[in-house]
Amino acid sequence: MTVAPQSSRKKRGNGVVVGACLAFAAGMLGMAYAAVPLYDMFCRVTGYNGTTQRVEQASDVILDQKIRVTFDANTAAGLPWEFKPVQREVDLRIGETVQVMYRAKNISSKPSTGQATFNVTPMEAGAYFNKLECFCFTETTLQPGEEMEMPVVFFVDPEIVKPVETRDIKTLTLSYTFYPREPSKPVAEVKAKGEVDQNKL
Amino acid sequence: MAGTAVQHDQRHDHSDHAHADHGHKPLTFFQRWFLSTNHKDIGTLYLIFAIVAGIIGGTLSVFMRAELQEPGIQIFHGLAQMVYGFEGDAAIDGGKHMFNVFTTAHALIMIFFMVMPALIGGFANWMVPIMIGAPDMAFPRMNNISFWLIVPAFLLVLLSMFVEGPAGAYGAGGGWTIYPPFSTSGMPGPAMDLAILGLHVAGASSILGAINFITTILNMRAPGMTLHKMPLFAWSVLITAFLLLLSLPVLAGGITMLLTDRNFGTTFFAPEGGGDPILFQHLFWFFGHPEVYILILPGFGIVSHIISTFSRKPIFGYLGMAYAMVAIGAVGFIVWAHHMYTVGMSLETQRYFVFATMVIAVPTGVKIFSWIATMWGGSIRFTTPMVWAIGFIFLFTVGGVTGVQLANAGLDRALHDTYYVVAHFHYVLSLGAVFAIFAAWYYWFPKMSGYMYSEFLGKLHFWVMFVGVNLIFFPQHFLGLAGMPRRYIDYPDAYAGWNMVSSYGSYVAAVGVLIFLFGVAEAFARKRVAGDNPWGEGANTLEWQLSSPPPFHQWEQLPRIR
Repeated sequence: MTVAPQSSRKKRGNGVVVGACLAFAAGMLGMAYAAVPLYDMFCRVTGYNGTTQRVEQASDVILDQKIRVTFDANTAAGLPWEFKPVQREVDLRIGETVQVMYRAKNISSKPSTGQATFNVTPMEAGAYFNKLECFCFTETTLQPGEEMEMPVVFFVDPEIVKPVETRDIKTLTLSYTFYPREPSKPVAEVKAKGEVDQNKL
Repeated sequence: MAGTAVQHDQRHDHSDHAHADHGHKPLTFFQRWFLSTNHKDIGTLYLIFAIVAGIIGGTLSVFMRAELQEPGIQIFHGLAQMVYGFEGDAAIDGGKHMFNVFTTAHALIMIFFMVMPALIGGFANWMVPIMIGAPDMAFPRMNNISFWLIVPAFLLVLLSMFVEGPAGAYGAGGGWTIYPPFSTSGMPGPAMDLAILGLHVAGASSILGAINFITTILNMRAPGMTLHKMPLFAWSVLITAFLLLLSLPVLAGGITMLLTDRNFGTTFFAPEGGGDPILFQHLFWFFGHPEVYILILPGFGIVSHIISTFSRKPIFGYLGMAYAMVAIGAVGFIVWAHHMYTVGMSLETQRYFVFATMVIAVPTGVKIFSWIATMWGGSIRFTTPMVWAIGFIFLFTVGGVTGVQLANAGLDRALHDTYYVVAHFHYVLSLGAVFAIFAAWYYWFPKMSGYMYSEFLGKLHFWVMFVGVNLIFFPQHFLGLAGMPRRYIDYPDAYAGWNMVSSYGSYVAAVGVLIFLFGVAEAFARKRVAGDNPWGEGANTLEWQLSSPPPFHQWEQLPRIR
């Protein structure tokens, strides 16, 4: 087989194309991972998916209009706590800063640590729900039997009455879920034979 | 169109023992098929692989339809008993999960191990180098690696069906979308890990294949063949390769995060660690939506050739056809969240995705109407490949219409995850992509094997399949509109009627597959010689200028395109 002189040019061409393709593929892989912090940032900025806002300063505008905020509390499996809001709901003026309490009690015989995650529904309202202070910003450790009241200080941004998507909202629900805060364990551990049959499906 | 005006400096070699052409030692069976670097042999391997995988994936679906034929659980508890050794009531629970495993495996096998290997690994490998006048792919050894990666990937996915998934049951059963948290904390056993690794390996295979196609098509076209003279099938494969290159790494990233969430304690998708399960859906569908165009675009290219050949007319609006595919590929990347209308996106976001999704109907419409315009006034011959291609256009359009409906966020909220969606995507894939595959099979079978198939068996295959798949999937529209959710082993009695029809359809389609296999065997047994160009003057792309089957190495003298 004879090799035409042009084949050396072709070879270089192939290398360039392959290099570009690999760069593209690697770039897309990188973008997939970059999506993790970007998505998080995006949620914080836009309140996407009911992500609430964290602020340092109370609102200087208080509207006459009232809005109702209801409170919801959950604990994830593996955290033996009783966790509920002290009051189920408050009616407040839009822009007014309010403090509410949640109460958590460790009902087990061991100290345990938890951290709360949260969101607001309707999800469009997340961007207008501003928290000045919240127990969810830090971890909480409870001794056996210990009970603790935990404050949330928040206001609803007066801007909420402007966009068409949020101006008709009459009720917001703030929901917390406490998760156990221990070094996460891998889930894909196959249990020893014999103990698997306990909870089928 | 390309290929119409080719000058030959030298008549090609008709030798059947073409690999002995230039004094090579004849290859042993092992060397030829296991160490192959020849694009035609690798294409053949891919096609055989796709047929095997298609039969396995199709069998899974027939089991599912048999189960759904009547309300209640009739089959899967027995299957679970036989396969996994469950006893008593445990068999019913095991069977329920087994049904989910079957839906998952059916989807993964049909997408990654049937349609993609058939269209991209099989037909594109075979025909693209020939059509652009290249002697082989740019990287023949990489081509071999691509094929031999897809085989272990398939075995990994098959193996996942037989190891523990959720506690006390076997196999990965989260659907092909493998959404967390079910795929992380819901399935602690190794089945999910095996399936994820299988997807990784299949993805690596496809990325290598895509790089190979891009390099081949960009660098190895025959002198005179500009991109704007290139056959539409080569265009479609080029675009598909770009889609693969851009979307698969995102899937790889997403499922790697899933893997580390499962095994190494990361919390990408676990809210307790600050992660978000919705992020996985975004990553998955950023891959998943281009993926459905990856499955259908090569079919578009094939159907263009067949319609043009059997209408004896050049394709109507060649450039429009090529750039419509470019547009479909490009817009396909920015519509992913129409799979996620129910996750709680803002209205603005939903509006954007509704609009962007509907825009895709425009280039798709360009293609449909151009195919019809190609047939218009042509001298049409209703050969087997032509009826498959016309069937493709009709059924794909039906699926496209339901697609436009589902693009509406308001309507989708009612139809999300119902059988309406199942009917929609099977019309575009099972009846669209698969009909394109069969059209391509009958169109190129004489070229690839040198033998003519039986026209009667081909037509019979078409009509049995056409009736069968329509019986399966058309009633599913009604089930979906009536609110029947997908991915359940059982349903209320109200849905019994159409489910029965749908199940009967799947048996008809299964008979269709048997006719196909019989037709292939018959063609090889009878050895009717096809000749270089069995299709006559309409077939003017380069592959018809070669012998049937083509010589082991073609275009040693490059064709010149005027």
